[in-house]
Amino acid sequence: MTDGMTDETTPTATTAAPALVELSCVGKHYGNVRALDGVSLQVHAGEITCVLGDNGAGKSTLIKMIAGLHQHDGGTLSIEGEETRLASPREALDRGIATVYQDLAVVPLMPVWRNFFLGSEPRKGTGPFKRLDTALMRRTTREALLRMGIDLRDVDQPIGTLSGGERQCVAIARAVHFGAKVLVLDEPTAALGVKQSGVVLKYVAAARDEGLGVVLITHNPHHAYLVGDRFVLLRRGTMVGNHTRDEITLDELTAQMAGGSDLDVLRHELQRD
Amino acid sequence: MTAGQSAGPNTVEQKAEAPVADERILRTSPLKKLLARPELGSVVGALAVFVFFALIADGFLRASSLSTVLYASSTIGIMAVPVALLMIGGEFDLSAGVLVTSSALISSMFSYQMTANTWVGVGVSLLVSLAIGAFNGFMLTRTKLPSFIITLGTFLMLCGMNLGFTKLIDGTVSTKTIADMQGFSSARAVFASTVTVGGVDFKITILWWLALVALGSWILLRTRVGNWIFAVGGNEDAARAVGVPVAKTKIGLYMGVAFGAWISGQHLLFSFDAVQSGEGVGNELIYIIAAVIGGCLITGGYGSAVGSAVGALIFGMTSKGIVFAEWNPDWFKFFLGAMLLLATLLNAWVRKRAEATT
Repeated sequence: MTDGMTDETTPTATTAAPALVELSCVGKHYGNVRALDGVSLQVHAGEITCVLGDNGAGKSTLIKMIAGLHQHDGGTLSIEGEETRLASPREALDRGIATVYQDLAVVPLMPVWRNFFLGSEPRKGTGPFKRLDTALMRRTTREALLRMGIDLRDVDQPIGTLSGGERQCVAIARAVHFGAKVLVLDEPTAALGVKQSGVVLKYVAAARDEGLGVVLITHNPHHAYLVGDRFVLLRRGTMVGNHTRDEITLDELTAQMAGGSDLDVLRHELQRD
Repeated sequence: MTAGQSAGPNTVEQKAEAPVADERILRTSPLKKLLARPELGSVVGALAVFVFFALIADGFLRASSLSTVLYASSTIGIMAVPVALLMIGGEFDLSAGVLVTSSALISSMFSYQMTANTWVGVGVSLLVSLAIGAFNGFMLTRTKLPSFIITLGTFLMLCGMNLGFTKLIDGTVSTKTIADMQGFSSARAVFASTVTVGGVDFKITILWWLALVALGSWILLRTRVGNWIFAVGGNEDAARAVGVPVAKTKIGLYMGVAFGAWISGQHLLFSFDAVQSGEGVGNELIYIIAAVIGGCLITGGYGSAVGSAVGALIFGMTSKGIVFAEWNPDWFKFFLGAMLLLATLLNAWVRKRAEATT
């Protein structure tokens, strides 16, 4: 995006700058099971790339590859134009890729501020007296959450006492605060009510406005179309569609997602005489 | 809220830094903050036990009796601290009890057989104990088997080795005396001496205990490693996903238990001058009980070092209180069991209250 600030490249900014993350034709096998094959995807700064698919379509495998939990078998994974392999979640984090998992984003019994800094705790003092800077941690947590528009009662409460949506928001704010360039969200709106989903999507958009590239995994085309710039559709481990927002309408997306012809068959089967 | 943050200063801090959120924070009453502390149940229990024996047992309140109680508490408390940390990290160590004996045996036998200064034996014992702790942690993190199974295996192997090696080397079930060896008196001064304060004798293990509680609390509440311990016990996958070195943390926790076992083992050796190789079996459960009474969740992620100390204190008061009350000591285990149930119930109730969303 920074390249795009110069006048002459503005119109083609997104194509000129290398994508933050680019997968091309990646695949993953677990033994003789093909979990994923031939999937390509681009993540650009300030854009939301949605990955849509039904259960078992390979969404989880895809994010595990981007998050560094699994290595890809085929194809290439490039970060800012440089082809690479991610060895661990730590390496992915160090390269600016933060992943927020649906159910394992936080440690429920720990206070919000401890969760916020988990794995990247600021310290003060020297030698054996090196200790957590708890005042800074509490203050920063509150400020970072406020900046994302989350006004929390008390950062000392166990994060498990927050609602599902609030927890996702804290995790998103955490990724933004730690300077992530790419934010991967695993079904952040699954198991949430309509209102809560809306709140989470608002923070996803806020992260995008902060200049992050966002990968949003979902099986809800309505949520995806509300915020998405690019849409990658997965089915049974293969990519069945890769569109930018101007190429596709919500109806087409929904139809493709549901697997158009499958839906017709289902309708036929369920039809009453 | 996880453990022992002082309620007072926090509230002041929040007032100073976030006037916006102020009026809502005030709704969390100080009582609720107090209820949220993991030690609370055990403190209530300890007070009850104290009052009970103070009323029923003559001489329980004498300074010398309290010193005896503190000594009994400290021998358990020294191990309860690292065991509590390990439980907060989500794991058990069933080998902790016999590891104490192993540690004493190694120290004594090495010094005797090599005719070395006792301090050399003490040092070798430390290294071997830490290696056994590291082995537990390494096996756990590599095989991903439950720690119950792994440490049950180590427990049985250590039991066998304690007896086997002692009989093999010394011919009997106890080691030979090392009282006449070089460095014995200085080692005894460090591990098993008596300090007189105001005419009352206190065992030095009480100091070791207090130091370990302070160290354990410091690590848990004020260091990065403490944050990791809570995290690996509370949600291991989440911890791994944000880059916490889960395996290293767990191995470190097992080595911490081994370190505690080393101190206890050296005390065992230098209180006398020889060690019985069959000792220590069953103590691992008492350490766990002390930690649980002190508020550690059996599923991990919650608890405190101070709580484990209160748990150990309850143990000490009960075991000695029964003696002072001139009851049959057979009843001790009944009391311990009842205490464990009550404390666990109270803790569960308290935590539910504290976590309920307002």
